[in-house]
Amino acid sequence: MHSGGIWGFILRRTLLGLLVLAVVSVLVFAATQALPGDPARAILGRSATPDSLAALRAKLHLDQPVLQQYWNWVTGLLHGDLGNSLANQEPVSTYLKPLIINSGFLVLLSGIISIPLAIAIGVWAAVRRDKAFDVGSSLITLLLAALPEFVVGVVLVVLFATVVVQWLPAVTQVPPGGRPWDDMTGMVLPVATLVIAVTPYVARIMRASMIEVLESDYVEMARLKGLRENTVILRHALPNALGPTFQVIAINLAYLAGGVIVVEYVFNFPGIGGALVGGVSNRDLPVVQALAMLVATVYVVLNLIADIATILVTPRMRTTL
Amino acid sequence: MTVQTTPSIVVDGLRIEIAGTGIDVVDDVNLAISPGEVVGLVGESGSGKTTVGLAMLGHARRGVEIVAGSVQIDGTDVLQLSEAERRPLRGRVVSYVPQDPAAALNPALRIGTQLREVLEAHDFGSNDGDRRDRVAEMMREVALPDDPGYLRRYPHELSGGQQQRVGLAMAFACRPRLIVLDEPTTGLDVTTQAHVLGTVRQLAEAHQVAALYVSHDLAVVSTLAQRVAVMYAGRLVEVGDSAELFANAAHPYTRRLVGAIPRLAGSRELVGIPGRAPSPGSRPQGCAFAPRCRFAETACMEALPDLRALDAGHTVRCIRAETVLANPMPFAGEAEAVVTPQGEGILRIEELSAGYRGLTVLHQINLTLAPTECLALVGESGSGKTTLARSIAGLHRERVGRVVLDGTELAELARHRPREARRRMQYIFQNPYGSLNPRRTIDQIVRQPLEVFGIGGKEGDQRVDEMLERVSLSADYAGRYPDQLSGGERQRVAIARALVCQPDVLICDEVTSALDVSVQAAIVELLGALQRDLGLAMLFVTHNLPLVRSIAQRVAVMSAGRIVELGPVDQVLMDPSDDYTRRLLADTPSLEAVQS
Amino acid sequence: MSVVSDVAITPEPESVTATRRSGSVLRDALKLWRTRIGLVLVVVLVAIASFGPYVAPHSPTAFVGPPFSSPSANARLGADYLGQDVLSRFLWGGRGILAMAALATAFGLVFGSLVGLLAAYSRNWLDDVLMRAMDVILAFPQIMLALVAIATVGPKAWLIVLAVGLTTLPRVARVTRGAAQPIVERDFVGAAEALGVPRYRILGRELLPNIMSPLMVELSLRLTYSIGLIAGLAFLGFATSTNGPNWGTMINQNRIAIQAQPWGVIMPVLAIALLTVGTGLVGDGISRAAAGIERGRPSE
Repeated sequence: MHSGGIWGFILRRTLLGLLVLAVVSVLVFAATQALPGDPARAILGRSATPDSLAALRAKLHLDQPVLQQYWNWVTGLLHGDLGNSLANQEPVSTYLKPLIINSGFLVLLSGIISIPLAIAIGVWAAVRRDKAFDVGSSLITLLLAALPEFVVGVVLVVLFATVVVQWLPAVTQVPPGGRPWDDMTGMVLPVATLVIAVTPYVARIMRASMIEVLESDYVEMARLKGLRENTVILRHALPNALGPTFQVIAINLAYLAGGVIVVEYVFNFPGIGGALVGGVSNRDLPVVQALAMLVATVYVVLNLIADIATILVTPRMRTTL
Repeated sequence: MTVQTTPSIVVDGLRIEIAGTGIDVVDDVNLAISPGEVVGLVGESGSGKTTVGLAMLGHARRGVEIVAGSVQIDGTDVLQLSEAERRPLRGRVVSYVPQDPAAALNPALRIGTQLREVLEAHDFGSNDGDRRDRVAEMMREVALPDDPGYLRRYPHELSGGQQQRVGLAMAFACRPRLIVLDEPTTGLDVTTQAHVLGTVRQLAEAHQVAALYVSHDLAVVSTLAQRVAVMYAGRLVEVGDSAELFANAAHPYTRRLVGAIPRLAGSRELVGIPGRAPSPGSRPQGCAFAPRCRFAETACMEALPDLRALDAGHTVRCIRAETVLANPMPFAGEAEAVVTPQGEGILRIEELSAGYRGLTVLHQINLTLAPTECLALVGESGSGKTTLARSIAGLHRERVGRVVLDGTELAELARHRPREARRRMQYIFQNPYGSLNPRRTIDQIVRQPLEVFGIGGKEGDQRVDEMLERVSLSADYAGRYPDQLSGGERQRVAIARALVCQPDVLICDEVTSALDVSVQAAIVELLGALQRDLGLAMLFVTHNLPLVRSIAQRVAVMSAGRIVELGPVDQVLMDPSDDYTRRLLADTPSLEAVQS
Repeated sequence: MSVVSDVAITPEPESVTATRRSGSVLRDALKLWRTRIGLVLVVVLVAIASFGPYVAPHSPTAFVGPPFSSPSANARLGADYLGQDVLSRFLWGGRGILAMAALATAFGLVFGSLVGLLAAYSRNWLDDVLMRAMDVILAFPQIMLALVAIATVGPKAWLIVLAVGLTTLPRVARVTRGAAQPIVERDFVGAAEALGVPRYRILGRELLPNIMSPLMVELSLRLTYSIGLIAGLAFLGFATSTNGPNWGTMINQNRIAIQAQPWGVIMPVLAIALLTVGTGLVGDGISRAAAGIERGRPSE
């Protein structure tokens, strides 16, 4: 099973990812179909006539065997047809598309700021170990990492938008049809919240990884060879410290995708978070199913990239493949 | 060997402490090394020898600091320089070859890069072309291929011996004045070790480099060094020519070290040293070795002796040195005859082949072990000896053939064997640091087999106490945890655990390889005595051929999964019939090799 | 093969000091100021959450004044969005969160460590199967899975506990497996195998005691996340009862008038923040103590 080098590895991991997604889709479908109620009745309300109920059930394919329904759903997914929202009857894909773009922008912006920041903090803390910066940043990252994001968001709102000062808006104000980047002041707090949610984790991992590397025999040897400290850190230590960090970066980017749900709700941001919360409240199953599969896919892809990146950075693993 | 008489390296009054505590790790160390000379620094784990070695480069690990003394290299005191001034010296004027070559090479960089950067860091050569040529030259000097393809390899693509040679190449690259070698051959095959040592000798002589060779193994050191300095508990206890030390050691500790070296002729008895060396902070007021010394008297416990000269070039830190010299060296004496036990084999191995991940590592082994006999299984790494031992014990999956214990054929895995069979055959592992559960007390560990085999209550208590006594561990060890014990003490616990349920067959898998030479001798002594007293059949696996003389009656030499020679110990060691055995003997450091 | 974990509070590599080993990790952890502060915070907030209802001046649904009215003698912290007493609702509001978080964490920890130990020890097909199964659950953020579950059945207490517990399980399993793998390779496990000790005893008596430190760190970590998650779900409107007193719901319900009547938001925010910081500090203290003992091993 261990053949084919890097490409073989990528192929195997991709297939594995697809398998996971397939199983996830079954579970998502099974969970949402375990509804004790009746979706048709939920849509039409109590005053619905039996005929209209039957007609709607037929339209929603609810009278077909479960496996058939599943198959319809999956093939639909793969073709981009995500069904119709039960709440507003429009196609889910049309409904979600602008929201996905908005959330994507939020996640991307947060990621671009937080990851380099976290790496820098972690490396600097490790290099200046036990000195002022390290002790201070360790404590702060510990405290921030423990706080739930919605608490961070609300605190930021209290500090900067409502109670203490009012420099920034408490909610994002994107006009319907507009885009988040039209309202950058409104983006500040949501992005800040996400950055505060992600940076501490990655910074701590980076610090731990860097310290372990800095204490390794080969780094000591590099110093004993008389290399300049910069060379030791940049050429010898950093590449070895980054390896495990990729995994954590991936999981934290993926975590952003989850954290986005809560943060969007706090700031009323028009993204998938809001759609998901609304969908869950309204039992709008097609929306929930679609978003679940979207997030799962993002997770699997990010993990795959992280695994590949780790392999590329670790020569030992490369040659044993 | 031409050795200039003016020393280029002078160490004076070196003192190193645990940072911020005032507790000394190393004190009053004085050394002088001339260009082209190799000086050995010998001591057990914890004696401070590695700390001294690193201090030659002005380097101290986390938690320790150099507080006094000087290290003069061609007149410049390294310890007086600032860190920025020291950096250019490291690698260029004084280099270091570490113990574990794999750990010292950066796994993410190609070896060519790591070789070249030493040159770049010290501005060697005027351009890239010069440096490339020099790297190729360095590789040739250590007998490694010099082509660019080889240089593009990563460290994990090289064998242990090759990695160590790369380390040597890096150390000699800028033609330093001093090289510090820290046990660079630990973990290498005897043959590879011989090659590496030979390379070091050649390079040191050719380039008139002074070398400090740090090790716990006196025999290995003496094949290379002209002079030897012995350290104990952070201080030098004896310094002299290596030949002189072997013929007439003046310090009791040195004598014991010499007595612990396995030898091919003379007394079989290996003399171990009971007790263990005091660690920093718990060193006694007087002579640190006095508690373990058989020459000690009250004056020794009161005040620390000074280092004094016995004659030219021979100094010793002992007030009773003259008395010590009057005694014969521990290895003197005749060897008693070996009696090979007769009788039906209690353990029979028939046509045993074994594999590892599809590759065959044992080819149709046939072996018989008599009921009270000790059979040594000797071979280098890769010979299959450990696989054989594990297959017999039921710890190895992929095998075919038969293992027969007292007439009963045994299943592949221990788990599937009947209880009695498991009880009758016990196994002791190599690594004392891994074979004891760190979360259990010594008492619980030794008791475990009794629990498995259903022997409890009073009888269980009795057996545990008895076993601990037999392995010379006092009763207060019972409540301690493994990490409070030394390597030798842990191995004793492992022995106690193996013998507590009174087995008939004991398999010892390289049980001394992870221990210092002096501790090794004590363990071998103990095992030998137990084997005789309890009438055990023993299979003793090791890579150290002369060692087997002290414990085994017969020896089987293995190579590439086959037994190439099998016979009585004396015969195999003095008059081997197989070429491989001959080569193995020639490469193994033993007392005879040193004395010749 | 992907070693993905949510580890935020990682074992701190500690400097070598000449202190003597004192025994168990917990005792060492309690010597650190951070563990003590954390423990105090946790104890205080658990006390508020558990005993609050007994000292609350009003019932959580009693009407004490106009919505969002300011603090008065009757309502020390003012009234909330429906005119209910903020102080009373605050004192009642922690129980549910804490109980559910504790249950969910316990569930995830017990079964997660079991899976992790089994996977680490098997080293064969069982390991692969178990870890793939974990991958499936790990394909979502924790909150996502909880929301999907709630979408089908509604925000029932048992469902939330199950969902949070189920998403905690694979994360604990990953960490357990990672911690147990090097132990499985050590010879004392081999020694037990050679004696013929049955598998379950090897897991329980050889492996488990040696991974207690990482498990304790995981416990506090997971508890921290579970609290945040359940409070977060309540904040989003998915608490077990729509108007029941709940710190998370309170924050959401009262934030609209935060400038006029901040107490309705500040009190629950403080409570959740201090509680999670407390559990976080305790976890960090334990991991530092464990790393410190590891480092105490002699080096030369």
